[in-house]
Order: sequence, then structure tokens, then C-alpha cells
Amino acid sequence: MKVLVTVKEVAEADDDFAIEGTDIAESDLEYDLNEWDDYAVEAAVQLAEAGIADEVVTVTVGPERAEETIRMALAKGADRAVRVWDEALDGGFADVASKVALFEAVVDEEEPDLILGGVQAADTGFGATGVALAERIGFEHAAVVNQLDVDADAGVAHVHRELEGGVEELTDVDLPAVLTVQTGLNEPRYASLRGIRQAQRKEIAARDLSDLGLTADDVESALTITEMYEPESESDAEIIEGDAGESAGRLAEVLRDKGVGA
Amino acid sequence: MADVLVAAEHRRGALRDVTYEAITAGRELADARGGDLHVAVVGGDVDGFAEELNREGVDAIHAVDDGEEFDHNAYQAAVSTLADRIDAGAVVLPNSVNGLDYAPALAEALGVPIVTDAVGFDYDDGLTVTREMYGSKVETTVDVAGDRFVLTVRGGEWPPAEGVGDATVEAADVDIPESGARVTGFEEVGGGDVDIADADVLVSVGRGIEEEENLELVEELADALGATLSASRPIVDNGWLPKNRQVGQSGKVVTPDVYIAVGISGAVQHVAGMKGSDTIVAINTDPNAPIFDIADYGIVGDLFDVVPELIDEFA
Repeated sequence: MKVLVTVKEVAEADDDFAIEGTDIAESDLEYDLNEWDDYAVEAAVQLAEAGIADEVVTVTVGPERAEETIRMALAKGADRAVRVWDEALDGGFADVASKVALFEAVVDEEEPDLILGGVQAADTGFGATGVALAERIGFEHAAVVNQLDVDADAGVAHVHRELEGGVEELTDVDLPAVLTVQTGLNEPRYASLRGIRQAQRKEIAARDLSDLGLTADDVESALTITEMYEPESESDAEIIEGDAGESAGRLAEVLRDKGVGA
Repeated sequence: MADVLVAAEHRRGALRDVTYEAITAGRELADARGGDLHVAVVGGDVDGFAEELNREGVDAIHAVDDGEEFDHNAYQAAVSTLADRIDAGAVVLPNSVNGLDYAPALAEALGVPIVTDAVGFDYDDGLTVTREMYGSKVETTVDVAGDRFVLTVRGGEWPPAEGVGDATVEAADVDIPESGARVTGFEEVGGGDVDIADADVLVSVGRGIEEEENLELVEELADALGATLSASRPIVDNGWLPKNRQVGQSGKVVTPDVYIAVGISGAVQHVAGMKGSDTIVAINTDPNAPIFDIADYGIVGDLFDVVPELIDEFA
């Protein structure tokens, strides 16, 4: 069985940041593997280690810089990677349908039996690509999966979906399927030194639109970010000033007034 | 095409609050588009639900009698069929776990754009959605091309629809194709010996604690204050504390007299679980952390400096 893992390099803003136009200034952003996707990579690698998956392929949409992030997934045990990028994607905001068009083309090439990805990306937080992809390619799906048990012989994934309020839903999903995973699904491993060395030799195939049989029209976004700003603070908190000792002393008074520690 | 369709959400026999919030958002959008507001309810006690959903501003309720609980296949089929049948251009759904389990597929099937997790919107010849990005550090406005779309709305951002309306109620027949995903049951998580929902004082620890060994420091603080220890999601994800200690949307909702958030940034999912606390205290190094927006008292500082001093105060 082949597992395809969609991963994204996400940007995280520093505590202090500037906004330039409709995005955060490049110098105030740091890039990392999306936390949710890290759990998806781990789940796929565990399936390989259990002998259930024969091959784990990661796919990402991102510029050359994103290879650093993909290497991380390779260092953790993915076999190879596909990186999709094209000038047509540069500078624009790719909506869900655009990403789905790109992933669909990769799925056509790779023909996976199971697709795993994070339930959302930390930067844009759309939480929609995986489920939309499933619909496009005719796979079954489940979103917000926090427990996974694949029965390859029966062609079923037994999953738990994490609902609100401490309730989990137990669902059987027929394969092939797209599962979007929640954090806490497993314990993502750190990349070992050996893994990092091996990752250098693993293949990262670059694909542009024409490689995938697509045109710029296929990835034209229906969404445009028109403004970005820092939200107005609604805070009416009393900020307790002073060094650690002074502020702790003042806070202790407040807490005692509320009956704490009495 | 001007009409708006909202799909209700229910679980284990009860409509969920986010449904009524989505109805308010849907009414707002229908007013701006000059259309009617339709509400779909799929599965469960549809007749009883239809009665409850008949709030002010709802024009029509469509009851699709199929199954007891949420099934994304049935919801998608019902909502897309109804959207076509009534020619609704806009579909509004709660940005809930179940909403995210079918809204993107619905948008894909309808061939329309989707915008998720809206915290606000304007509609003036076209939709402009307000959303957050970069972990709530910024807000953005997003223009949507065309006037057909699926929109999911964040819980707690719109007031719930109230009053009694005069909607037409009709049973809707929808062909539901066989599903390859079957719900086999539900499970409560957590349990354990402590119910953090019962505590008067909670000391809650988040990602700022950095290492599992450092938890001891916060445990010591909880002991000194006679408080119960709780945590935000990353601590539980790491397996450092059991699930029954998790405060938030997917954990427990707590309303203690005093809630002390230590090294918690205040992601919206966490805040959903503790904003009802009487007094909220936050200790965090980042002065822009969203937790300070809802705190009553805040210390902008390193927890590793402040917490030992605070323990000394109560020792």
C-alpha cells in the first residue's frame, strides 16, 4: 500500500512583526513544517514500520526554500518527495480549489491508497484542502482524526474523530481515503542524525504546472487577500508591572483577595 | 441565487449552539443579498429540531429524515441537493469539527469557493470575509470572486438567533448515496480521578513550560495555592498530562472562580473552554498573546522567574 502525505511549510510570525501590504514582512517570518502535518508524517512512517505501507511519499506545494522542510519529513522516514511549484503561484493566494487541482494531478501520478495530511495549516488555518481533495478524486475521507488503525486486508481505516467537548466519534472509512489528522494522534519523532544524512540522498522531484498537465487557469484563486492588520486589543487586563518578585508579590495580594490559598 | 442556506448541527439528540449562531450570520447575509434564509436539518428528531429552529428571521426549514447522527455523506448530499433545489447561492455552516468534515467537499461538489473560520463579513455586491491568520496574530480581509460560495463561521462570533419565527416547515426528500464512511459509536475521553470542571481554582499550564520536567514547578504552584492543575492542548498532546486535564473546545469547559494561565498564549480553541472563569490571570512573555485580551490580571514576564516567586509568596 502506498501512502501519500501532504505537507506544508508554514510561516510563523515573530513576537514583534511588521505588516507590509497584505502579508507579514518576510524578515519577521520563520518557516517550519506545519505541526499538524508532522503528525501525519509520523502516522505514515509508523504504517511503513508496521509493514502496512510499502512506500511513503510526501508532496508539498512550495518554492525551492520549502525543500528544507521536506527534507525534515524525509529524515523522519518518508521515502521520497514531490515538490510542486510554478511562477503562476508566486505572490498570489492559492485558494482551496487551486491546491486541490495541484494535489489531484500528483495523485493521478502516484496512485496512493491512503492520503494523510494535517487537519489545518498553522498560518492560513483553512482546514479544508484534504476533504475537498477527497471529493475531487473520489476517495472517502475523515477529518480531525486523532486515532488511526489501518486494516489493509479489509481495506478499512478505523479512526476516531475528535469532536468538541471531550467526545470522540468512532468511524470506519473504506480505502482509498484521505484522512486529515489532529495533533496528539501520535508522538512525532525527532529526525535522527542518520535520518538527516539519509535524507540528503532521497529524491525530491520538482513539478511545475506543465509537468502536471495543468495551466495557470487551473490554479486561479477565487480568493484575494485585500487587507492585513493587527487586531485591536480588546484587553482591559490590569497589567502588573515590576520585576518578577514585585509582580509576584502584587499578584499574590490579588489572589488572596479572591480567597486563593486561604 | 440571493437566498442563503444554513445547515443545522446536532449531536446526541440536541441541536448545538453553533447552529443558532450560524442562523444569525445567515440572516445577516440574506438581508445583504436581498434573499430568504433557509435552514436544513438532517437526521435525528427532525420534526422536533424543526420546531426549535423556527427562530426569528428564518423563512423556511427543510427537514431531511435520514439517520440519527452526523454522517458527512448524508449532510453533503442533503445540503447540495437543497442548495440546487431552492437556488441558494450561499451556504453558511458552523466552523465545527463536523462542519469541516463536509463543508470543503460540499464546496468542491458545488464548484464554488469556500472560506472557512469567518469571524466577520461584509456583503456589498460581493463577499468580503474577515479571518485570522498566523495563529490569531493578524486579521485579514478576503474578497471572494462571484456570488456563490460556502462560508463556515467561527463559534462565539455571532449572537445566537432567538425568538419564535414563522418559517414554513417541510419534509425534504433527498437521495442519499451509500457511504463508505460509517459511524460506529462515540466515546467520552478523559474520565480519571479529577474533574477539573469542579475546581474553584485552576492553575493551567501551556506550551511555555517547554519541557516535561518543568511541569513540577507548576504543580508546586498549584499545591501552594490549593488549586487543581489543568493544561492547554499541547501539554496533553505531548502526553505530559492526561486528557481529562485539558481545557478547551475539544477538552473540558471550565468556569472556576480563578483561572491562572501559565505560559498559555490563548488560542481560540483554548479560550472557548475557559472564558467563563470569574477571574483570569495570565503569565506570559509575549505582551501580544491573545490570552491578555481576556485576562483580568496579567504579568508580562518569564514564567520561570515569576512562578518561583509566587510559590514563595504562598509557601
